[in-house]
Amino acid sequence: MSIDLKSGAPDGPLKDKWDSYKANMKLVNPANKRKYNVIVVGTGLAGASAAASLAELGYNVKSFCTHDSARRAHSIAAQGGINSAKSYQNDGDSVWRLFYDTIKGGDYRSREANVYRLAQNSLGIIDQCVAQGVPFAREYSGELANRSFGGAQVSRTFYARGQTGQQLLLGAYSALMKEVEKGKVTLFPFREMLDVVMVDGKARGIITRHLHTGEIERHAADLVILCTGGYSRVYYLSTSAMNSNVTATWRAHKKGALFGNPCYVQIHPTCIPVSGSHQAKLTLMSESLRNDGRVWVPKKKENCKKDPSTIAEEDRDYFLERKYPSFGNLVPRDVASRNAKEVCDEGRGVGDSGLSVYLDFASAIKRDGESVVREKYGNLFDMYHEITNENPYKNPMRIYPAVHYTMGGLWVDYNLMTNLPGLFCAGEANFSDHGANRLGASALMQGLSDGYFVLPYTVTNYLGTHSQELLKKVETTHPEFDKAEGEVRAEINRMITVGKGGKRTPSEIHRDLGNVMWEYVGMARSEKGLKIAIQKIEELQKDFDQNMMLNDDQNLNSNLETAGRLADFLGLGALMARDALQRAESCGGHFRIESQDNGEAKRDDENYAHTSAWEYKGKSAEPVMHKEKLIFENVHPSVRSYK
Amino acid sequence: MSAKTTAKHINIRLKIWRQESPKVQGNFEEFSLDQVLTSMSFLEMLDVLNEKILKSGKRPIEFESDCREGICGTCSLVVSGQAHGPVKGATTCQLYMRSFQNNELITIEPWRADAFPVVRDLVTDRRALDRIMMAGGYTGAKTGPHADANAILIPKDLAERAMDAAACIGCGACVAACPNASASLFTSAKIAQLTLLPQGHPQRKERALKMVGQMDKEGFGSCSNLQECEAACPKKISIQNIAIMKREYFKAAIAADYREGKSEGDGA
Repeated sequence: MSIDLKSGAPDGPLKDKWDSYKANMKLVNPANKRKYNVIVVGTGLAGASAAASLAELGYNVKSFCTHDSARRAHSIAAQGGINSAKSYQNDGDSVWRLFYDTIKGGDYRSREANVYRLAQNSLGIIDQCVAQGVPFAREYSGELANRSFGGAQVSRTFYARGQTGQQLLLGAYSALMKEVEKGKVTLFPFREMLDVVMVDGKARGIITRHLHTGEIERHAADLVILCTGGYSRVYYLSTSAMNSNVTATWRAHKKGALFGNPCYVQIHPTCIPVSGSHQAKLTLMSESLRNDGRVWVPKKKENCKKDPSTIAEEDRDYFLERKYPSFGNLVPRDVASRNAKEVCDEGRGVGDSGLSVYLDFASAIKRDGESVVREKYGNLFDMYHEITNENPYKNPMRIYPAVHYTMGGLWVDYNLMTNLPGLFCAGEANFSDHGANRLGASALMQGLSDGYFVLPYTVTNYLGTHSQELLKKVETTHPEFDKAEGEVRAEINRMITVGKGGKRTPSEIHRDLGNVMWEYVGMARSEKGLKIAIQKIEELQKDFDQNMMLNDDQNLNSNLETAGRLADFLGLGALMARDALQRAESCGGHFRIESQDNGEAKRDDENYAHTSAWEYKGKSAEPVMHKEKLIFENVHPSVRSYK
Repeated sequence: MSAKTTAKHINIRLKIWRQESPKVQGNFEEFSLDQVLTSMSFLEMLDVLNEKILKSGKRPIEFESDCREGICGTCSLVVSGQAHGPVKGATTCQLYMRSFQNNELITIEPWRADAFPVVRDLVTDRRALDRIMMAGGYTGAKTGPHADANAILIPKDLAERAMDAAACIGCGACVAACPNASASLFTSAKIAQLTLLPQGHPQRKERALKMVGQMDKEGFGSCSNLQECEAACPKKISIQNIAIMKREYFKAAIAADYREGKSEGDGA
């Protein structure tokens, strides 16, 4: 069966599409709004902003998160900033330019209409956040400060020290709590979503597990919104939080939602290098550091173990400045990461492991003084010092790439609705907007655009369109709830039964999966490697099915949580490898070593200007790929050159 | 920096709080770990210990953590008597084993406060903090078009002070460190942020009264003036915020009394 993948974006000029959508959408009258129930899973930027905004409109919102509080979602850890086309700096920025940069940065693998809307919405986000009391950085004039951020030639990034994600999330969280107080939002903390319930072809509820009591619960609603973040933890080591996982979107995928572009992963160039095998996660240093820090390695291998201060200027290779003279250290993340890996592969990496490059602030400190550098990056420098026991004011930092963001996710249309009616997906969890590579400071923008300014319209349009059917309420006693709950219980029981005789812990299997993914589905991918990955993941799947060790406690049991998430990471990992295998081109974060031109990524627009959207066909069946053709009417796909 | 040792490995002894469920009596259990890498984080050390416990067929120790970079506020351990352990301005997840000595006995306990009931082992339920926020930790701005972000100028120093307060991660270390288990530092950080910024002014009186009132209702004690909270705070939130909170609260209370005819003058 072929699935018709229509974006559903309105016709007409790019600039007018969103206005046209709003002018023609179905509305729901205020008296009817209170009759509708909406489930929002996840409370990061997208989830918290969507839940608060929908509640303000009058819908009854149920908000789910795994933590005690909505404020702990991993958006909180975003450091650098949020883009907006405000053009306060008078430096040539505009909605068009932000749109163009995002499309180009994504290597022409995203949908024009969605990205243009994102750039338009960026203007209102900053006003919204300021009204919430977000303490953005300011100039002495009292006006908002901006900085230029990875890959942008204009200063359009707003920031709150190195804690922008925290402050934006706390803004959205405060709006959410305001609606909880009013009784329009009900919080369901300590809950993990384990299935979507489809009734008569529409998403009408979810099954959750209470992480403290182990209770399996049913929740019904008129639609479901997944804002459950990205899947970087499939690599085990990543900058994502320990509890970040793909479970919600993967279970939706198993129910029929298509998974878009799973192979598009962003590897962030400025992370603190791995120090040992015990390591559980990696720490990102905001790439704003690249504004003033200069990336280099020794020209000669024999200098790599020397004290960097003893290496003469002429013996240093500032490889980004050398290869990309116009963008220098500010090339996009994928380019910076791949070049760092290359010099390390050449044997010119530094540090004990040889798996790191220098990020040097000596020039900035000399030019601006230590106090200016401290004001800009003080907390990042302190963090680095605390983790590594090295002082970056005196010695250059050492950095290495780490998995940081996943551009892929559930396929959604212009409404941010998946192919399953009534199942929406927003923020990092969807595949939209960033194509094959995300620009710095654009994740926060997308999460808030989706939640504050897109879903309130598209959800209303959906409810207005299907009001007759949706006003007939579905109860949790419906047989579809029985079935979904039964499946969830059966899988938990199966894991616990196997777990009694197993030999390998969930973390061990997860770590092995991570190594396979990093090695074969990481920064450079090949046909041969990807096939090896698929085979190795099959072996790990067997380990998981037959030889996993668990303690059988059904109350608060972190290992049981890890195991359930691992099941989904294994399925996803194999799909990522398949997706990377079919895409025999290099684009954005996806680099196929067979597809390059003098060491630079070679895109193939003739054969791959599409989104791949995968359909689940069962645990042991091959998934089926569908394509959404990408049509560029407003920009001409060019070679993405940063030279 | 906080290093107590330059050795690559140390041996440690651990005394860890175990408690099956909220209503049962808990007790300390002792463990020892040899050859612990000093470059390892404190929570990674616990991960290693838990893998060992799981393999021995026993129930691993439940503790909370998530971002492991000191920003989400999830990790919450009292390490050898100090909330978040011996390093100043750091969360438990930012603690490294180089801060301990060879053969050191390390005790690990959950946050202790009536308002934070123990769920299991080292995990407590901190939703009381959410309920304080719910009472007024917001400006009331709804989603929609607003005045341009630069329409109201905010002096840089004010914005910086607001940011200092807003840096609170809501971990609850201030409560755990306070002999009265007061949540004053947490509550005051939000009140101060929204008092310093003009966007917070329309509801400042109501906010102060309701948030302080909720703090009392949850069973948190009064400010003890001992400054233990500031010392334990991983974000070094200043107790000056508590002074702002008290001033806001008194002004609001007097104004409220005036409205209700209980006193003269508006006091605000």
